[in-house]
Amino acid sequence: MAYDYEKSIRPGKLPHIWCPGCGHGIVMKGLIRAMDTCGLDRKNTAVVSGIGCASRLPGYLDACTLHTAHGRAAAFATGVKMAKPEMNVICCGGDGDGTAIGGNHFIHACRRNIDMTYVLMNNFIYGMTGGQFSPCTPTGAKASTTPYGNPDPIFDISKLAIGAGATFVARTTAAHPREIDKLIVQGIQHKGMAIIEVLDDCPTTYGRRNKFRSVIDMMKYLKASAVPVKAASKMTAEQLEGKFLTGVLFHDTDKPEYCAQYADIIKKAQGA
Amino acid sequence: MSGARLEIIERNCKGCSICVEFCPKNVLEMDVFLVTVPRPEDCIKCMQCELLCPDFAIKVHDE
Repeated sequence: MAYDYEKSIRPGKLPHIWCPGCGHGIVMKGLIRAMDTCGLDRKNTAVVSGIGCASRLPGYLDACTLHTAHGRAAAFATGVKMAKPEMNVICCGGDGDGTAIGGNHFIHACRRNIDMTYVLMNNFIYGMTGGQFSPCTPTGAKASTTPYGNPDPIFDISKLAIGAGATFVARTTAAHPREIDKLIVQGIQHKGMAIIEVLDDCPTTYGRRNKFRSVIDMMKYLKASAVPVKAASKMTAEQLEGKFLTGVLFHDTDKPEYCAQYADIIKKAQGA
Repeated sequence: MSGARLEIIERNCKGCSICVEFCPKNVLEMDVFLVTVPRPEDCIKCMQCELLCPDFAIKVHDE
């Protein structure tokens, strides 16, 4: 009954560094369950991350892990996948790491449609560096660098990924733990770039500045704001105001995968 | 419904109280910064506490 997470975690690594109530731990549990469901061999699975709170995740996992430069998770992961196409590659990172500092790498990994799964934990803020606003901080929300409210419009990560050419895009929240592993499993099984955006809570640097008095308020907000794609089709634009769609948002199996195409080029160059 | 044993790994618990709030049967309670299990016999093994605990600190065992 109780799930054995410890077998997938490096010995002596718990308790982890994340703050009380931080959703990254929930996502990590989901990722472990998904990796087990897919039967991934730990020696043949690379988990790659950049810098940030969310990017600490691979350090705890007992797999081949790579903790790289800020925002460069997708670039390093592309390298791993190109050198060893038989390897399962999973990227982890936060919203600031993935879409601001690493925005360029993110969109180009999507464009190439290389076979990897990117679990992007969107907690609306740069948590580790002290709560600066990120491209995903909602307009009007307060951060340490926007004390009068954030004037910028947000990046919709899922729409960005679809627009950039990713072939599997899904979104869920940390308050829906069973959906996390379900979507990551689909992402791993998908042949091509899979983006799983997990909306997350950061009670320490986002919540306390934005009228979420506790972890519970943030979790309840995530739970209440998530609307499954099917339910959203029956709702009006006004009802969907301030909500976000969850579930599989985009799935395309026709677009060719990058490693396969590159293998063809190698064959051509070798005169076969 | 009985037959559940809730194990709290005290070393990992940071006292965020997510498990207490999301338990549908009010099985758990906070003791300042640590979760306690005053009513284990009410547990229906829905696993919400274990799934939502970010700190790997609670486990629901089937007895």
